[in-house]
Amino acid sequence: MKTALVTALVFLFLAAAAPAQDIDVKAWDAVVEKARGETVYFNAWGGSESINAYLEWAGEELRERYGVKLVHVKVDDTANAVTKVVAEKAAGKDEGGTVDLIWINGENFASMKRQDLLMSPGWAEDLPNWQYVDVENKPTIRTDFTIPVEGLESPWGMAKLVFFYDSARTDAASLPENADELLEWAEANPGRFSYPQPPDFMGSSFLKQILAEKAEDQAVLQRPAEEADFEAVTEPLFAYLDKLNPLMWRGGKAFPQNYPAMKQLLADSELDIIFAFNPSEASSAIANQELPDTVRSFTFPGGTLANTHFVTVPYNATARAGALVTANFLLSPEAQARKQDPKYWGDPTVLALSKLDDKDRALFEAINLGVATLGPDELGPAIDEPHPSWMERIEEEWKRRYGVGN
Amino acid sequence: MLTRLAPSLAMLLLAGPILLGLTGTLLPAFGYLPALGGMHPTGEYLARLLQEPAIFHSALMSFAAGLITAAVSLTVVMLFVGGWAGTRLFSRVLHLVSPLLSVPHAAAAFGLAFLVAPSGMIARFISPELTGWTRPPDVLILHDAMGLTMMAGLVIKEIPFLFLVTLAALPQIRLAETRALAASLGYGRVAGFLFGLWPQLYPQIRLAVFAVVAFSSSVVDVATILGPTSPAPLAVRLLGWMNDPDLSMRYLASAGAMLQLIVTAAALGAWTLVERICAALRDSFAAAGKRLRRDHAIRIAAFAAMTLSATVVIAGLGTLAVWSVAGLWQFPHALPKDFTLKSWIAAGPRILSPLTTTLVVAFFSTLLAVALTLLCLAREDEKGRKVRRGTMLLFYLPLLVPQAAFLFGLQLFFILTNSAASIVALVFAHFIFVMPYVFLSLSDPWRAFDRRYDAIAAGLGKGAWVRLLRVRLPMLTRAILTAAAVGFAVSIGQYLPTVLIGAGRLTTITSEAVALASGGNRRVIGVYAFLQMVLPALGFLVATLVPALLFRRFRAMRV
Repeated sequence: MKTALVTALVFLFLAAAAPAQDIDVKAWDAVVEKARGETVYFNAWGGSESINAYLEWAGEELRERYGVKLVHVKVDDTANAVTKVVAEKAAGKDEGGTVDLIWINGENFASMKRQDLLMSPGWAEDLPNWQYVDVENKPTIRTDFTIPVEGLESPWGMAKLVFFYDSARTDAASLPENADELLEWAEANPGRFSYPQPPDFMGSSFLKQILAEKAEDQAVLQRPAEEADFEAVTEPLFAYLDKLNPLMWRGGKAFPQNYPAMKQLLADSELDIIFAFNPSEASSAIANQELPDTVRSFTFPGGTLANTHFVTVPYNATARAGALVTANFLLSPEAQARKQDPKYWGDPTVLALSKLDDKDRALFEAINLGVATLGPDELGPAIDEPHPSWMERIEEEWKRRYGVGN
Repeated sequence: MLTRLAPSLAMLLLAGPILLGLTGTLLPAFGYLPALGGMHPTGEYLARLLQEPAIFHSALMSFAAGLITAAVSLTVVMLFVGGWAGTRLFSRVLHLVSPLLSVPHAAAAFGLAFLVAPSGMIARFISPELTGWTRPPDVLILHDAMGLTMMAGLVIKEIPFLFLVTLAALPQIRLAETRALAASLGYGRVAGFLFGLWPQLYPQIRLAVFAVVAFSSSVVDVATILGPTSPAPLAVRLLGWMNDPDLSMRYLASAGAMLQLIVTAAALGAWTLVERICAALRDSFAAAGKRLRRDHAIRIAAFAAMTLSATVVIAGLGTLAVWSVAGLWQFPHALPKDFTLKSWIAAGPRILSPLTTTLVVAFFSTLLAVALTLLCLAREDEKGRKVRRGTMLLFYLPLLVPQAAFLFGLQLFFILTNSAASIVALVFAHFIFVMPYVFLSLSDPWRAFDRRYDAIAAGLGKGAWVRLLRVRLPMLTRAILTAAAVGFAVSIGQYLPTVLIGAGRLTTITSEAVALASGGNRRVIGVYAFLQMVLPALGFLVATLVPALLFRRFRAMRV
């Protein structure tokens, strides 16, 4: 007991005394050595039980293998974690920050990169497990919402917008195949569709899907919104929403808070069509007895949004080595395979199966993707994410038009 | 020595944090917060607050919630006690209602939500047979814009509270005699009670009613679970600003807390007005000679309202429990297709740390409160007179000042002294709210203690401390443990103190449960809310079993 206390104190002292700099990702053994005993505060969205459970597993493995303690700081909006780092920078806290690792993509990455809040120079492509990453076939791994990644964040999973319905209630032939048909469908089935209230990430993504489909000129979305006529470009989107919102659940007067809430509404048969960014979400919900086994997936043949989500390290992180070890572990074939299994989470991998050895590839091939999951060839074309500046403006405009109060 | 210091210590520990906290809230509202660089007083933040969208709507909602909740709960309790006190049915209802006091607000609110939602238990039971619904109707019940569901959620919890407070005051009025007199003059039961007994009873429960007004006008957890969202009631928006990682939002939150203080004060002021109007109405009825002899309908209605509110809580908790073990459970099935312990197993490891915090904080804050209460009461005996009304007000103070108004400042104080998110700070914050309840529930049995035991012990040559420790405390074991169980339950139910002083790093079952509300995962909410309900019940179980075991060989000490 006493020795443990002394050791802990010594560690505390060492941790406090050690300079935060001098981390060389290329000297990986040194990084792993340094990481031992560190506590990594991982700021990640905490709204899904299966993801939380996955992170608990990861924490357990990290502790056993590397002596790294992973603490999942559950945030309800990643922007809050970013604001925390901004506040720390404003207060001159350039070392010893409270955030070590953030689950991030798109707007928040762009914002952190712009404000120099990320640990640099780029480190992700020097992680040992980077060798397995499918950079060739997954362009969003190196370009996040049109912003070059430059190794400032490490890929964690792939996302593609897919829709779910209950085949016991809804005839597959009646399902919409694009935004316009969705509106027609809502007219025929009032009150049976909704989207989470923006700025919830899923709700905002739905707005982007509509924008991408309705905008006259796709190319303009790939450039900052400031360079375009915002009102003219988004006019079709808001005209669409003006028509759609009154046809939605609760007449568009209330919205589900997030994806899990929407999932519950599908189970209660309040909603008929819901959507998620994770193609195997429905299978995983069926496995957890949250949705009936008659739920199936569909997507728009014309394409839906696709992107990659990442983890990144703030510039003032305290446990940098621990954060890197965590990022590398999350990229390992073992962790990625477990993540892809709908039993645990069902999030598609960022790795290329062709780059894995036989043993690791077998891990992936053994996964039963489940009845409700579309195969990789059925997912349809990918629509690129617009430049992050569009999202910020659209969320503001949405709030002004449809959201009262906070 | 120790007993002499106790009352001052209690005053210091209760009034101190409130004054300190209020100061800590008011200064930033005017732009003074040196830690964030705010050195110069400014009215800028108040102006910004007034420009927040729909801020007056939020304030008005809080104001109305305070008044309406108190009015409805008090009316039900008043008419029920008036119509039924002294009957056998009355004691039956008492047994039904009194355990509900220990149910945390958040758990009751979740239960109500699971019951009345369009896809809730009620709709499931009557569908599709009665309604023809094969799927939930598209109506907005939870988070309704008028806040009606939120007020209902408050009413079902405030009724047991006011009922038990009224019950505690009943022995001090001459119920049977006055009732017989009123009846002989030809007054109906309810009229006789209202004209003859209520005027004596009400002053004794007035502070408790004030506490209901103050609590309902500033509640956060129930409002988060059931209340309107666009816009939300004032206190919910305040907490959002307070938790904003952008620290400069704290000025706005402080300005909002000041508005909350004004809203609650206004609600209390309006309540005194309501009191006067009602008293005038009663007087004019009495003067007009109304006897209300046929009050059967009123009595039945009061009984129905009372049982309904209790049934709603119990049925809600039952629904929560079922959800926590539910497999697939689709509308309109009244029961899940299959049952599974998966939610419990999955939540198990995650629950351990908040559960430990909950128990540790509840235990120590209760221990402190019981110890201090006993010392205060012992001091009262030494001085030989009851506490004055002013002192009573002090004990009610933490229940009358809106929590947000002083907890913001208190949090700031803890941050400045580097003790935020420490278990000691959290115990202390809970203690502020536990102490009043412990004192209120222990003082009556203490004062009712038969002094002759004391006299005998003194006659046998025992000193004051020996008499206290060897005679009085053992004989009061049951009352002390019950008071402790009340305190324990209060601590478990605390939401705002936990969120603010625990700063998100120390979480309890209650704060985790409310945080889960937005995700809408009913199974997980079921697990947390079920635990929330079970823990206080365990406290009361201990308070019942221990005296029974202790006194099994003492016939006179048995119930």
